[in-house]
Amino acid sequence: MFAYIVRRLFSGIVMLIVMSFVTILLFFSSAVDPARVMCGKSCTPERIEQTRKALGYDKPAVQQWTAFLGGVVKGREYPADEALRKAAPQLVVDCHAPCLGYSTVTQQSVGSTLWTKLPVTGSLAIAAFIMWMVVGVGLGIISALFKGTLLDRAIVGSSLLFYAFPTFAIGIALYTYLSLKWHLVKIPAYTPISESPSAWLQGLFLPALTLALVYIAGYVRLTRAFVLESLSEDYLRTAKAKGLAPRKILFKHTMRAALTPVVTAAGLDLGGLLGGAIITETIFNYDGLGKLAVLSNAQFDLPMIVGIVLVAATFVILANLIVDLLYALIDPRVKYA
Amino acid sequence: MSTSATTDHAARGASGSGDVPALLSVRELRVHFPTEDGVVKAVDDLSFDLAPGATLGIVGESGSGKSVTSQAIMGLHRGTRAKVGGQILFDGVDLLTISDEELRRRRGQDVAMVFQDPLSALHPYYTVGNQLVEAYRVHHDVSKQAARARVIEMLDRVGIPSPQARFGNYPHEFSGGMRQRAMIAMALINDPRLIIADEPTTALDVTVQAQILDLLVGLQKEFGSSIIIITHDLGVVAEMADDILVMYGGKAVERGDADTIFYSPEHPYAWGLLRSMPRMDRLRTERLVPIAGNPPSLINLPTGCSFHPRCEYATAELGCFTTAPPFDAESDHPVRCLIPHTERLDIFENSVRPSL
Amino acid sequence: MSATDQTATPATTATGAELPKFGETILKVTDLQKHFPRRTKGIIPRPDAPVKAVDGITFELRRGETLGIVGESGCGKSTAGRTVLQLLKPTGGTIEYLGEDITGVTGGDWRRLRTEMQMVFQDPYGSLNPRQTVGAIVGAPFVIQGIKPKRGVKAEVQDLLARVGLNPEHYNRYPHEFSGGQRQRIGIARAIALRPNLIVADEPVSALDVSIQAQVVNLLEDIQNEFNLTYVFIAHDLSVVRHISDRVAVMYLGKVMEVADRDELYANPQHPYTQALLSAVPLPDPRKANKRERILLTGDLPSPINPPSGCVFHTRCPKFRTELSDSDKARCTGEVPQQREIAPNHTVSCHYPGPPPAEILVLEDDPEAAYDPTALRGAGDEEVVTATGSDDPADPTRA
Repeated sequence: MFAYIVRRLFSGIVMLIVMSFVTILLFFSSAVDPARVMCGKSCTPERIEQTRKALGYDKPAVQQWTAFLGGVVKGREYPADEALRKAAPQLVVDCHAPCLGYSTVTQQSVGSTLWTKLPVTGSLAIAAFIMWMVVGVGLGIISALFKGTLLDRAIVGSSLLFYAFPTFAIGIALYTYLSLKWHLVKIPAYTPISESPSAWLQGLFLPALTLALVYIAGYVRLTRAFVLESLSEDYLRTAKAKGLAPRKILFKHTMRAALTPVVTAAGLDLGGLLGGAIITETIFNYDGLGKLAVLSNAQFDLPMIVGIVLVAATFVILANLIVDLLYALIDPRVKYA
Repeated sequence: MSTSATTDHAARGASGSGDVPALLSVRELRVHFPTEDGVVKAVDDLSFDLAPGATLGIVGESGSGKSVTSQAIMGLHRGTRAKVGGQILFDGVDLLTISDEELRRRRGQDVAMVFQDPLSALHPYYTVGNQLVEAYRVHHDVSKQAARARVIEMLDRVGIPSPQARFGNYPHEFSGGMRQRAMIAMALINDPRLIIADEPTTALDVTVQAQILDLLVGLQKEFGSSIIIITHDLGVVAEMADDILVMYGGKAVERGDADTIFYSPEHPYAWGLLRSMPRMDRLRTERLVPIAGNPPSLINLPTGCSFHPRCEYATAELGCFTTAPPFDAESDHPVRCLIPHTERLDIFENSVRPSL
Repeated sequence: MSATDQTATPATTATGAELPKFGETILKVTDLQKHFPRRTKGIIPRPDAPVKAVDGITFELRRGETLGIVGESGCGKSTAGRTVLQLLKPTGGTIEYLGEDITGVTGGDWRRLRTEMQMVFQDPYGSLNPRQTVGAIVGAPFVIQGIKPKRGVKAEVQDLLARVGLNPEHYNRYPHEFSGGQRQRIGIARAIALRPNLIVADEPVSALDVSIQAQVVNLLEDIQNEFNLTYVFIAHDLSVVRHISDRVAVMYLGKVMEVADRDELYANPQHPYTQALLSAVPLPDPRKANKRERILLTGDLPSPINPPSGCVFHTRCPKFRTELSDSDKARCTGEVPQQREIAPNHTVSCHYPGPPPAEILVLEDDPEAAYDPTALRGAGDEEVVTATGSDDPADPTRA
């Protein structure tokens, strides 16, 4: 087991290193010159050149990449160009390891920016996750147990309805009606949980619901399918033939097997969401990783983009590993070594 | 119908000649599944008796209704779309009319089941010990320790080496034969009066099959349970059964004690089965004699006798194509065939037996 | 190849090589091995002890005969069949076809081999592509090999369908529209499409009901006679194997335990494993079943990763347990028994073979009376080849 985790973490790190390189390469294949964008309106060729040097964009991509990797391991100083640092030592910024880069757009280190956005996205993702798991899996189980009835069709049908609409449509509709017109919920805004847990929860409700509604449809169908499959297993027939009570059959024998694949999917979805829920964050003006990603992209903030990509990828890789380990915990037939 | 020629065997026969009341008495059992394409008549007009301590073998090919019958006896069709009719009298109580709760109490305790594929019939996420303890504690209000002791005793009894250690193993950590032993231990743990074994050795290798059949026979002697063994393998019933019921297209086509079915069968389908199988205990024949055609669709059974499209003796004069043959459930050797009894004996002696 | 030339004898193969007479060696397998590699489970995985699925088997196949390979699950019989056809790459030993070493051929040579050797699979559901019509499935060999039959692929395929007892008009139907028995017929039609000389049939009737099984067995026998085929018939059902085979090889844990002519093997099995296997078959005859004794094997099949030393069967061998002296036992545990010939056409891999106990025998009639050892297929080639070098235990192994 230990060896397995070590191997997986190692391959995860290799993957992240490759991804950082690909992201940097992609950035430079763009037709837009980031230094030109950064430099602003009144710009002379000399200033562009200086900006480029300050950002380190004058160096080949490979060199920038190795500098980035060095920063992650040892920390680094900005501006990237040594001559510039000597010329204006008062402007030198020290970025401690693990340094994900320094954004000249925000005048902050990428790491500290991401650190402030993470709780926002994290709150949103986890709240939505809890909602869709409770509602989606619950409805899926009910749907399976009442297969073919009106209830089953109503659940599957209505969950599909939400699935069919784009996220922004659902988000805006919920915002407009529940919040602005009917005043059922407070206008969503992020409040740190440390300031006021109730305000945090209230502000979170609508965006989390929007996000959850999209996932619920998928989980209703997924859960329903796996519960039905589990219900037709031979070992359930054995459980019945033993004379077990229906409730025990349902909870002990059906659910554990049926929910294993659901847990897998949920873990992966949560891992993906932690990297930022772009549309939902934008609609509700939630200052999380998703919104930051959109913004950084528009501003050609390369260090920020690389940072976001790597953080998001790390979540996905970790989620994958955790899901696989959970699987081994749930299913004794699965053994990693 | 006739009196069987081998009356000496009727005494040990499971149908019981009236002296011993039957443990299980199935009458006109019907299991129909409504589907979009029509009604699947999986079991139709099935009647038989089983005496205490006796073994009944139900033989048939896939789709003959033999497994559906066993599930009906266990009440496993309750709560599904299946329409079940007729009577299943267990010790005089109709299992089809008792409450769900009453049925649940009887499952595992009065009637227990051994399934075909023990790997899929055991829950992969729980240890073998856990699953056996559960089976025992459903019907016995005992502590976990007491149940554990009982389980280990049963595992030992069915020949699982070092049962204490094996108690905590998962099904996938057992070999196929060991799993089936565990399954048998689970079936026997509540000392049921009837064990239904549905193709208990089909998934096993022949040397393991021999071990399991041996075990079942030994345990039956010890526990005195009745057994219904369901199989497609005539060899297995020959080794195990006192009485044999041959099923075709959801119906019983012939029933009798083992000697009758093997040495003087009267239904053309039974002849066909015996003739079509290659046999190790006879001189090798140059050619097998298959039954022509394919098994019938249970939605669209042939008119008259369901076997007539594959029967070389079916004629219009006998009414095989139009008249459904009767089946005298109370007889010792009922045969669902329109050919007159004497003629059947004649055909068997003169044209079937020589080619066996 | 067209349908007209297969009756001509001496026949030639697609490559022009001359086929041997009936009863003469067409395929020779020497010390064939198929090991599946495994890796250790540390942080940095290294190669580990392999799964020895087939571990040094030697046999030969004579033209026109059926060699049955029996054994229980995990004995390597299916792997052996696939390795002989080179659907799996052998990891040791040689396969000679018509005297030519074909071990490990690749590319075009490998593809040409497919016109000579074909396979019929067990699962009539899994082995046919559900999205292809029957016509496409049976016609695929022509397309793949780039062979254009004179009257066109469709006419040829329809002939094949008719030949295996299917309606040629069902050319455009899909596999799910057929019953299990009919699907197996489709698989057989595909296998004989290119008029191969050799067919390996892996449990071809195991998934079928008894009445249908007999139909398919008869079909296999008919097309064998018609197309002069040589069969390797792999099955776990000893009764079916006895019916269809001329010679039978018994496998256990990747090795061949015993090879003999069919009637000899069933009437006079010399290996304790063969004896146990035969005694375990349930007899469809209650009186005989009651009279007959069984040799019950104890314990489970050992792992092919770490097979027992010496004779792989010694851990479960009844003779080893009850009859042998300690010094004899030491030989069983220490020395691997070679396949040696104890009678003409009868080889056994056992240090202490012996006749079976009388109480396990089921055949009361004299088997010799009906057995004609020269009754191999193909009139005019009655002389059966007797002992050959490959059965000699002294035969050096090639790897």
